[in-house]
Formats: sequence, structure tokens, C-alpha cells
Amino acid sequence: MKIEIHYFAAFREATGIDSEPVDTQAETTAALFAECAERYPALRNYSASLVAVNDEMADWGYALANGDKVLFFPPVAGG
Amino acid sequence: MFRITPHPIDLAAVRRQLLDTGSGAYVQFEGWVRDYNEGQQVLRLEYEVYEPLAIKEGQRILAEATQRFGLRKAAAIHRSGMLELTDVAVIVSVASPHRSEAFDGCRYIIDQLKSRLPIWKKEHYANGTAEWVNCQHCAEAGHPHQA
Repeated sequence: MKIEIHYFAAFREATGIDSEPVDTQAETTAALFAECAERYPALRNYSASLVAVNDEMADWGYALANGDKVLFFPPVAGG
Repeated sequence: MFRITPHPIDLAAVRRQLLDTGSGAYVQFEGWVRDYNEGQQVLRLEYEVYEPLAIKEGQRILAEATQRFGLRKAAAIHRSGMLELTDVAVIVSVASPHRSEAFDGCRYIIDQLKSRLPIWKKEHYANGTAEWVNCQHCAEAGHPHQA
């Protein structure tokens, strides 16, 4: 299925891109992240990352569907 | 009311908006840009915000606090972009009948804003380097990404 992935802050710097379309067999957000971390090993260096799907916060067990927009957030630091 | 703004926050305007004849207590928290962090001399801060989700989640946090602490009114504003020392990075304001729930509600809101909003802080240091806050720790700890 086709998924659009967006990277933010440290993730954007680690991958060198804002976003990319991927064709994947990953069934969950965690599996998709693991795929990305194989292509961009620097992504492995972060704990407490968050994920959102279609502009709603999601969890790492979220079941992906064709056309989803997945946002990978490195550890947040507001305030 | 939750907002993200690239402009200086008008503190008095927020207070005016919360004035309320049914409230006997008003608490306003300001987060300032400090000149050091973890042994480094900080010159300025840069906030990256993913606004569509930050605004949604920020409004959700204000609604939670309003219900949980019985607040009459609550507002928060967070800056985006480049900030200088002593700039106000975030403001949380609450009004309630009594002070206890105003303090508790304000504390709840700022704690939740810091941990749940898609906002990232980059510190620019006197030695010419810049780092995303927290991320160096994560790199050193080498933890997997799963929460």
C-alpha cells in the first residue's frame, strides 16, 4: 500500500528530507518506522518518539491503510 | 483558547480576555528563554511546530483541564520560530472560583503541553553549535523508538 511519510525536526535532519511517498507491506506504524530506520540508521537513536496518522495522534500499533499520511515525531520539547 | 504565534505574546491581552465576574483566582505561567542549559551557554532558541496537530492537541489539553479542575476559563499561547533571551516562549492562563484549582489546573496544562504537543526546541549555543533539546540524551541512551 502507498503511504506518505513526514519527518520533523531532528528526524528531518537525520533523513535529509521533509517527506516521502513509500510503497510498503508494513502493517503498523511501528513496522513502518522500523523499515525507515533500516534506510536511515540515525532514526534508531531516539527514544520516546511519537507518531500521528492523518493529523491525529496515534500509537505504534496503529493498523495502516492505503493512502495514510504518517507523521514521525522525534521526542517533543515544548515550553 | 490555544494558539501558536510567531509574534511576541501580548500578556495583558490574555489576562483581559479571561477577566470573569465568577472567578476569584487567576494564575498565569510564563516560560522564558534562559541563558544556559546542561552546562551550555544558550544564545537563543528556535521552535519548530507542526501547527495542525499542535493546535488540536493544545485545545484538547485546555478542555481536559477545564473539566478536571473546574476552571472557568483557560488559555495558552506558544511561540514558534527564533526567540531571544528573556522572550516569553509560552504562556498559560487560567481563571477559577478559588486559587487551589487555578494553581493545579495551570500546572497540569503546562506539563501536558510540554509532553504532548508536536513542538521541538533547538538551542543555539555560544560555541557556535546548535542541538535539538533531548535528542542528545536519546542518542546516548540508545533506546529503541517504541514508547
